[in-house]
Amino acid sequence: MKRLSKTALAAMALGVCAAGGAHAGEIETGGKLLLTHGVSAVEGGAGGGLTSWAVIAGNETNRGVGGEVHGTYVDVKDYKLRAFGGAVGWHDRVELSAARQEFDTGATGAKLGLGKGFTFKQTVLGAKVKVLGDAVYEQDSWVPQIAVGVQYKDNNQDAIVRAVGAKKDSGVDVYVAATKLLLDKSLVLNGTVRLTKANQMGLLGFGGDQSNAYKPQFEGSAGYLLSKRLVVGAEYRTKPSNLGFAKEDDWKDLFVAYAVNKSLSVTAAYVDLGDIATFKNQRGLYLSLQAGF
Amino acid sequence: MKSFILAGLAAITLSGSAFAQEAVVPPGEKPVDAYKQSNANADATPMTDQKTFEAFHGKEGIDRIVETLVERNFADPRIKDFFAAADKVRLKRTLKEQFCYILGGGCDYTGRNMKDSHKDQGTTNKDMNALIENLQFAMDKEGVPFAAQNKLLAKLAPQQRDIVER
Ligand code: HEM
Repeated sequence: MKRLSKTALAAMALGVCAAGGAHAGEIETGGKLLLTHGVSAVEGGAGGGLTSWAVIAGNETNRGVGGEVHGTYVDVKDYKLRAFGGAVGWHDRVELSAARQEFDTGATGAKLGLGKGFTFKQTVLGAKVKVLGDAVYEQDSWVPQIAVGVQYKDNNQDAIVRAVGAKKDSGVDVYVAATKLLLDKSLVLNGTVRLTKANQMGLLGFGGDQSNAYKPQFEGSAGYLLSKRLVVGAEYRTKPSNLGFAKEDDWKDLFVAYAVNKSLSVTAAYVDLGDIATFKNQRGLYLSLQAGF
Repeated sequence: MKSFILAGLAAITLSGSAFAQEAVVPPGEKPVDAYKQSNANADATPMTDQKTFEAFHGKEGIDRIVETLVERNFADPRIKDFFAAADKVRLKRTLKEQFCYILGGGCDYTGRNMKDSHKDQGTTNKDMNALIENLQFAMDKEGVPFAAQNKLLAKLAPQQRDIVER
């Protein structure tokens, strides 16, 4: 991190702008094709929305640096989720991300005995490394782009998550993601296996009275490219159910992602988050805006 | 057989006969070092059905796409330096052949393979993607449906391994 910022300063001294060329000493930015770095995942980093993918955030290619910031708003029947964050991609190889999530119980908070407008907040710090393959170029092979990632999550409601049965207010997820563009079919596919103890992504803590073990969970996404700017698709994400007071459901969504240009994209989705903390059928809208370079 | 003779003539060119050079170099093109001609040089297996070729509006459509693509590459501030010394006439001809061959249009490709064509140019992924964007522009202009565009791109994408050097 220190090295990076030093280089960045040096580059600024050289008068680099985001559109800069590739002369020695400058930091190269940009160069990816539209949407080939996915969109922002709700936990930060590049993904499909509810899921994390193997692609690396930012528009950079193998010689550059890129990044993005995003804001996401999810409005389901009894709750709202706000998430914002940023990610840096280095050489299309390593991704570091940070996201802040605010799970607003609104009027439901009072019914849960937490108080109206009670909000769970969580910070997610992520790192991801592409280990093999290339989702875009290797169209003559079935091998996907594979990345491994880790997410450290820290919830600010220790007493409450323990009161509902969780064991801890922080936890670590580890995942392996595989992303493949099947260009001749205009399809993009992703599958992710995540080892996690997180209840509702960590918003309700980690581990629980029912189970405190890491269990592999699956995330699957499929998208159809309607144009180079527009992709429609669906996602499915399995979740553990560690808490006795309320069962936890898998998540699903139908999404549309639109790249306005290289630096701006919008994702809209209809999400079904199932039951959350005894409140049934949490369905509604997901809207995410991403700006990057 | 024909290509064998052409290659033979090209070899004569190498040995320095100005006359042989005239005979082998297509009009408007500069001579190139001898190489073995083969459809394998296209570095992609051709499509077996005609659907995509038709979606590209056949040979005429491919010709228009390559004209747009090459003119755009030569003018594109991101990559035009690569083409400063390039033989535009030859590049257009060989690209038209290559696309027609790959799209199953029954053409033969007479150019060099992708590794030799781009050797020591120092092309990056960023340059490759810039060129793909120009190709997308050209295919859009021709009115090729997006799904058909992607079928050609799927054939070209693996050539990145031979083209990109940095
Ligand atoms: C899928 C992508 C590409 C394809 C299919 C392709 C195809 C070709 C073909 C068929 C030739 C002519 C071969 C011959 O003369 O025998 C050629 C030459 C050339 N290509 Fe590419 N190319 C691609 C990417 C690139 C990129 C990314 C650059 C640089 C930005 C580039 C720059 C050149 C140059 C400078 C020449 C040589 C022209 C000359 O010496 O006259 N190409 N390419």
